[in-house]
Amino acid sequence: MSQVLDPPPPTTEAAPTPAPDHDLAALAARHGLSVSGARPSLPEYVRQLWARRHFIGAFSTAKLTAQYSQAKLGQVWQVMTPLLNAAVYYFIFGMLMNTSRGVEDFVPFLVTGVFVWTFTQSSIMAGTRAISGNLGLVRALHFPRAALPVSFCLQQLQQLMFSMGALVVILLAFGVPPGPSWVLAIPALVLQFVFNTGVAMVMARVGAKIPDMAQLMPFLLRTWMYASGVMFSIHHMTGPDSGLPSWIGPLLQVNPAVVYIDLMRFALIDSFGGGMLPDHVWALALGWALVAGIGGFIYFWKAEETYGRG
Amino acid sequence: MADTPADNTPAERVPTVVADGVDIVYRVNGTGAGRGSATAALNRILRRGKAEKAAGVRRVHAVKNVSFAAYRGEAIGLIGTNGSGKSTLLKAVAGLLPVENGRIYTDGQPSLLGVNAALMNDLTGERNVYLGGLAMGMSRAQIKERYQEIVDFSGINEKGDFITLPMRTYSSGMAARLRFSIAAAKDHDVLLVDEALATGDRSFQRRSEERIRELREHAGTVFLVSHSNKSIRDTCDRVLWLERGELRMDGPTEEVLKEYEKFTGGPAAKPKAAPKPAASKPAPPPAPKATAVA
Repeated sequence: MSQVLDPPPPTTEAAPTPAPDHDLAALAARHGLSVSGARPSLPEYVRQLWARRHFIGAFSTAKLTAQYSQAKLGQVWQVMTPLLNAAVYYFIFGMLMNTSRGVEDFVPFLVTGVFVWTFTQSSIMAGTRAISGNLGLVRALHFPRAALPVSFCLQQLQQLMFSMGALVVILLAFGVPPGPSWVLAIPALVLQFVFNTGVAMVMARVGAKIPDMAQLMPFLLRTWMYASGVMFSIHHMTGPDSGLPSWIGPLLQVNPAVVYIDLMRFALIDSFGGGMLPDHVWALALGWALVAGIGGFIYFWKAEETYGRG
Repeated sequence: MADTPADNTPAERVPTVVADGVDIVYRVNGTGAGRGSATAALNRILRRGKAEKAAGVRRVHAVKNVSFAAYRGEAIGLIGTNGSGKSTLLKAVAGLLPVENGRIYTDGQPSLLGVNAALMNDLTGERNVYLGGLAMGMSRAQIKERYQEIVDFSGINEKGDFITLPMRTYSSGMAARLRFSIAAAKDHDVLLVDEALATGDRSFQRRSEERIRELREHAGTVFLVSHSNKSIRDTCDRVLWLERGELRMDGPTEEVLKEYEKFTGGPAAKPKAAPKPAASKPAPPPAPKATAVA
């Protein structure tokens, strides 16, 4: 239904459109004015985003700090939260259900899985709400909108750094020796961050169009988590004596979450040998990062001018 | 005609914002039959792509065929009764709302004055100054340079060291002052102000009016939406009067405000000469009055 407001009382004071239209367009063209609210080209968009890098950093740090600023223990919760999370999973899966069968160093295995998975999960969740949850910001200020999902993923990365600190303590406490392979955690994290950001940007666009996604995502993510071997070893579950068809194992191991989780386990836990990794694991990790990162960025940019409208 | 005093000196004045026959239409979901109920929502999803009316989407035509050209150095007031489309037009000029028909051309990026959304109540005033500045696109060095100026202008520290306390501890007036100070710290090519002057106590209002005038001298063009005829008079030299989404009048402040005050003054004021036939078409107005405006 086209709702036209009541016709106004007839005007007598001035013409509603005083100047001929083509004159205005010509005037604008003569002085080189640009059309307001048009989407910038991709290289220009990247440049604008780079120019806002300080905002992205400051915004993510501010979000992180604001999170616990009302708690008595304050920033201690940054470390406490992941530790408590790990404790809960250990209690359920390690002690009650005894999933640890066949997995050496089960606690480090579990905690690494939980932390690395949480990084991906919360990045995607934050991405889904990046635009729809910040409409006020989007409607008030001009900046490349990709700054929001990137900033939220950066916040999750900072959060993960606290978790990794806790993880090192757990590893040492459970007798996992530090080794040179720990350095591999860095490229693994970088690739995972790129992957997360890409998926977060895809979800940001979807979530901006369909806010209902924020309700649906927790279920999708939980399903994904159970398929990702966070609390059990896919390698053991799908082994030759498991009775499952032989193609299930490789199929599950292509899952990007599995790739990044297993890479981190491989880097940090020496009993988690290279034999338990999927084939071509680094190529997979890089491939997922590039596909999600570049694809997600372009997909997000395509709708740049529509965010916050309607 | 009314709004093109530039006609005489076309080469002298540089336009900064040109609106060319702009229409803005809002689409609102969840109206129509059974508004908001589950079945209505399902119906809307199933019938996507069908007529918007059947899907329960209502269109609100908020701005109708508005054209104007704003020039460098002008301060333009936007007036009109509530719901006449002033803020909508401002958002479209800022590029934050799509136009249905027509085009808006701008020189540089017009910015709405306001950083409220970027600030966080749990952070200290100090960190918010930085966060707000970065959100507006200032560099860290620029903010550092202006930091003291911003804090002094806001007057936050007049009653003690409040700038290092979280913003949630501020009174609403203090928070509003800090927000205005941060927002006004940046020089804008085209500055859009939406009722921002109504915040703070009297002395702060005076300072903010001064600041707007300063910004206007530094920068290109200022648009001010306000219901206070006084602040429009103090700040603006040209006024656009929107009524029901249509540009009703465009001219020097005094002339437009005089008519506007007559219009809003109700029957107490001198009754307008306008007869009220049920004319559905706002046809080109009779000449005599229109020339009086120009």
